[in-house]
Amino acid sequence: MTDHTVLRLNGLSKRFGTVLANDDVSLALHRGEVLALLGENGAGKTTLMNMLFGHYLPDAGTVQVAGPDGVLAPLPLGHPQAALAAGIGMVHQHFTLAENLNALDNITLGSEPLRALRRDRKSARQKIEGIIARSGLSAPLNVPVGRLSVGECQRVEILKALYRDARILVLDEPTAVLTPQEADTLFDNIKAMTRDGLSVIFISHKLREVLAFSDRIAVLRHGRKVGEMATADADEGAIARMMVGADTPKVAREAMAPGAPVLQLQGVTVPGRSPRDTLTDVTMTVHAHEILGIAGISGNGQSALARVISGLAVPQNGTIRVGEEQIARPGPATMVRAGVGRIPEDRHHEGIVGAMSVAENMVIERLDDPSVQARGLLRRGAIRAHAEALARAYDVRGPGVDARARLLSGGNIQKLILARVFEHAPRLILANQPTRGLDMGAAAEVGRRLLQARARGAGVVLISEDLDEVLSLADRILVIRDGQLVDTHSHDRERIGLMMAGEPA
Amino acid sequence: MMDLLNILLSESFWAASLRIATPLIFGVLGALICERAGVLNLGIEGIFVVGAMSGWMAVWLGAGLWGGVLVAALAGAFFGLLHAILTVPLGLSQHVSGLGITLFATSVSYFSYRTALPNVSSPPRIEPFQPLDVPILSDLPFLGPVLFQQTALTWLALLMVALVWYVMNRTALGVAIQAVGDNPDSVDAQGLSVYGLRMGAIVAGSALMALGGAFLTMSAFDAFFFGMVNGRGWVCIALVIFASWRPGKALLGALLFGAFDALQVRLQAEMGALVPGQIFLMVPYILSIIALVLTARSADYPRALLTPWFKGQR
Amino acid sequence: MIRIEARPSTPRAMTLGIPVLSALIALALAAIPLLAAGANPIAAYGEMLRGVFGSVFAVSEMLTRATPLIFTGLAAALAFRARLWNIGAEGQLYLGAMAAVAVGSGALDIPGLFLLPLIVVLGAAAGAAGMVVPTFLKVRFGADEVVTTLLLNFIILIFLQMMLEGPLQDPMGLGWPQSAPVLDQGMLPPLMDRMRVHAGLIVALVLAVLAQFMLARSVWGFRLRAVGENAAAARHAGIGVNRSLFGVAILSGGLAGLAGVSEVAGLKGYLTADLSPGFGYTGIVVAMLAGLSPAGVVIAALFIASVFVGADSMSRAMGVSSFLADLVVSMSLLCVLVGGFIARYRLVWVRAGKAAR
Repeated sequence: MTDHTVLRLNGLSKRFGTVLANDDVSLALHRGEVLALLGENGAGKTTLMNMLFGHYLPDAGTVQVAGPDGVLAPLPLGHPQAALAAGIGMVHQHFTLAENLNALDNITLGSEPLRALRRDRKSARQKIEGIIARSGLSAPLNVPVGRLSVGECQRVEILKALYRDARILVLDEPTAVLTPQEADTLFDNIKAMTRDGLSVIFISHKLREVLAFSDRIAVLRHGRKVGEMATADADEGAIARMMVGADTPKVAREAMAPGAPVLQLQGVTVPGRSPRDTLTDVTMTVHAHEILGIAGISGNGQSALARVISGLAVPQNGTIRVGEEQIARPGPATMVRAGVGRIPEDRHHEGIVGAMSVAENMVIERLDDPSVQARGLLRRGAIRAHAEALARAYDVRGPGVDARARLLSGGNIQKLILARVFEHAPRLILANQPTRGLDMGAAAEVGRRLLQARARGAGVVLISEDLDEVLSLADRILVIRDGQLVDTHSHDRERIGLMMAGEPA
Repeated sequence: MMDLLNILLSESFWAASLRIATPLIFGVLGALICERAGVLNLGIEGIFVVGAMSGWMAVWLGAGLWGGVLVAALAGAFFGLLHAILTVPLGLSQHVSGLGITLFATSVSYFSYRTALPNVSSPPRIEPFQPLDVPILSDLPFLGPVLFQQTALTWLALLMVALVWYVMNRTALGVAIQAVGDNPDSVDAQGLSVYGLRMGAIVAGSALMALGGAFLTMSAFDAFFFGMVNGRGWVCIALVIFASWRPGKALLGALLFGAFDALQVRLQAEMGALVPGQIFLMVPYILSIIALVLTARSADYPRALLTPWFKGQR
Repeated sequence: MIRIEARPSTPRAMTLGIPVLSALIALALAAIPLLAAGANPIAAYGEMLRGVFGSVFAVSEMLTRATPLIFTGLAAALAFRARLWNIGAEGQLYLGAMAAVAVGSGALDIPGLFLLPLIVVLGAAAGAAGMVVPTFLKVRFGADEVVTTLLLNFIILIFLQMMLEGPLQDPMGLGWPQSAPVLDQGMLPPLMDRMRVHAGLIVALVLAVLAQFMLARSVWGFRLRAVGENAAAARHAGIGVNRSLFGVAILSGGLAGLAGVSEVAGLKGYLTADLSPGFGYTGIVVAMLAGLSPAGVVIAALFIASVFVGADSMSRAMGVSSFLADLVVSMSLLCVLVGGFIARYRLVWVRAGKAAR
């Protein structure tokens, strides 16, 4: 590694409304190094990189990039085109691929003049194949991207950047969608490329992979850079404290004997258009006083399982039993009545009606309840009083219960949903990715509530792509893979990782 | 049923089908370009009207037939630009904006026509496009007479099918338009302008739609009437789904529609005594609904259709 | 560089002020076509005002014109609230009108106490049926209701012509395509002597108040709002989305049908194929100007009716085409759309590298 600086961020700041997403952040990247940008969710990592790439315009600060000659020059901000031309490539957490086009078209998109009357696909293909040969990142070029696996899509994203002759590659949470083993391969490929002079910034909130694969670490907290060090000198405990500002409270989890079954799925099959929403012959049981963790890589049937338990999908085969009761006609309302509390994966899209008030969102699942209505008319006073009490009990903060729910922050929206669900002491709780996108405080609160419910005697199905979360909360762990469930009989990280990847463990 | 066979085998039937299909070809292609870029353009009905009126008016004022075609395309492009501004950078409801454009374009056309010609009882006529005799081609058996009866605008429509196909599938521009209709972030991340591509597609698509209207006053008829577009634009919106947003299938859909329409006219003539003629008039609209019902579920909608995109918000 | 930023909330003054401002801007913009037509805009506006408010008769005409617009405006507003794009009010209006003359013009000679309610109920039912079909096609087959309702308008209009030349044709009508008149006891009574404004207006106003109340205060309204604002969340919460859609489809179609009933049995007395000069489509503009609020629909309908009546009278006096009214109406729709944008977002000017704190 040389000491040659290829990129310098000087005092970047960005404000969204009242939130200061980045506050005077400066960073330098050297040629051929892997710099890890570490921080918890909401620390401002992605915002910082989006400014670098021109998606956001900073409120203050400048960026300098080295040209092919190695001389630093200022980068015009707010123009992705300028960033691309300066040799910066970014791989977003959410892929920016057109699914109706094949990989070749996605990779060459934007690199040819739009006015040209014809395209030179042959030489484009040769160049891409050359890059694949050098980097080891392979993906089918002729198939519509919509049909590729997540890992392949990610490789297409990286190829896109390399095709544009990127000298600086930014990877935003690249391992979020990969198995631990796939992640290792990815980092091996990246290491190989840095030897050819590529410089890499990778964004992560996973301490483990940062320590294993980076050369240097910069830590962000609340939009500010709070530390920077060579990975070789880094101390795990110290970095963790830097990330969260204090020692993370360990979740207290007492042992409990499981009680009677609260949910039994027997041979449940849900057909779907893609593996993402398919379940094949799933049988599982959740008991009272038990948290059942469902681990797996995104898109292996988690959403189908969640849809069955929330009553949104009707299985083609199999039976569902909640407590003693067999559910004959599954539906969301039936499930709520049967005592199932549902925390949906996408809280903005499925959890709340953003344009309606906080109070209305708190009663939306119980419109037939006499406390909510009388003779078809809403009891507005009662609804409001109920909401006030619930907001206090669950610490839902925001502009008040009459305000539109979309004005709440992500954490407070989740608290609203928790309040709605836990208020009625459900015997079964479905928590689908309950902490995704939450900061550590809010995430810890979710964990505490789930453990409380378990202590009270509820059964919990915890579906999460965050293996650490599953490991720390669940009593028993199943792995979901290609729409099927496999019991792990263990809490062993390595073993579960292999099972997630579908390899015999 | 021999009669039906005779009709289907006659050259005049297919010539009529192609003639009826021509405005729809323009319309479906125009709608296809807009929707491929991710924007529904319900302004189509009004843009047909404005194309019909402005093209006719230009010729009536002495601009010449091709001058009229140009004026119609520009007028369509203008209203397309309005729709583009409302739906792309402002991200407003594509449904409501489109309906607004239809109402606006229609009333502008009607008001202008009435203002220019305050007191005419029968609408003034122009000398429309005449059938084009293409050497060699018109000597082909069957196909020759079918094509031989068509005007230059029909030929232009057929040419446009090929052109739109080529641009969409063989050029970087077409690939970018397809990408922006599927996932605008993919285009933005590669440094292309989402707004530019979408607005450009709407303007170009609207210009094509207006040519469909111009065909009505400059080729199918020789004058402008109120209500002459009569839902053709809406039919195109149904046909573009039937065509799965592909130019070749758009041509097929328009031809099928034209054939059914031509058929109903002929059946009406033969069976008019038995059943009310209106039954036959309804058939094309009913067929459009049936085509929509049959294809809607399986249709591969451009994923970003109807979804506005704002720069810097992801 | 301009950046678009969502407002955390829309100021109340804006919610109320934008539609009013949009309407005024559209009216002001009408000066351009007026000038193009060689008319003096000031004089033209004066004529329009006189045409609407110059006499009791003028006001009565305006209220008469507003009556069907309140019905079709409510039809659009309720459907749009549930994100059900009913663009078929024009056809549903004619279905209602056909049902009204089918029973009202002699088929049943029963006392008005029974005949009038029957006409109203059947008219509403016919309109409702006209919206239930596209809603079924949407729910069952995924067919976009915008396209199906638009196409149904044309089908219904052709069907109407067929009926007016067939079963519904007036035997005494000298072969004109028009229906026999509605029996006297089946007519909605006029509200004032020698004026055309009729009891349909009262029905429309009562329904607007009722709709406003039910939307805000009833469980039904809660469900409808939830389905419209976020169907996925509503479904997840156990609200029957399809049920809500069919419910609102019946109401929306029924209201449009009532517009037809009110025109036939309140104003014209018989049915022709030009009963509605696009009331169904104008209802969409009314609903949008009203911000989809039922109470707002009444005000918006009064405004749009004033534009039409005023423009008619101005047209007669000054020889400017009365299509001017359609121009103003369509422009006010576009203006209120842009206004809606201003209400939800603000434009922020930013310069690169400069602190904007």
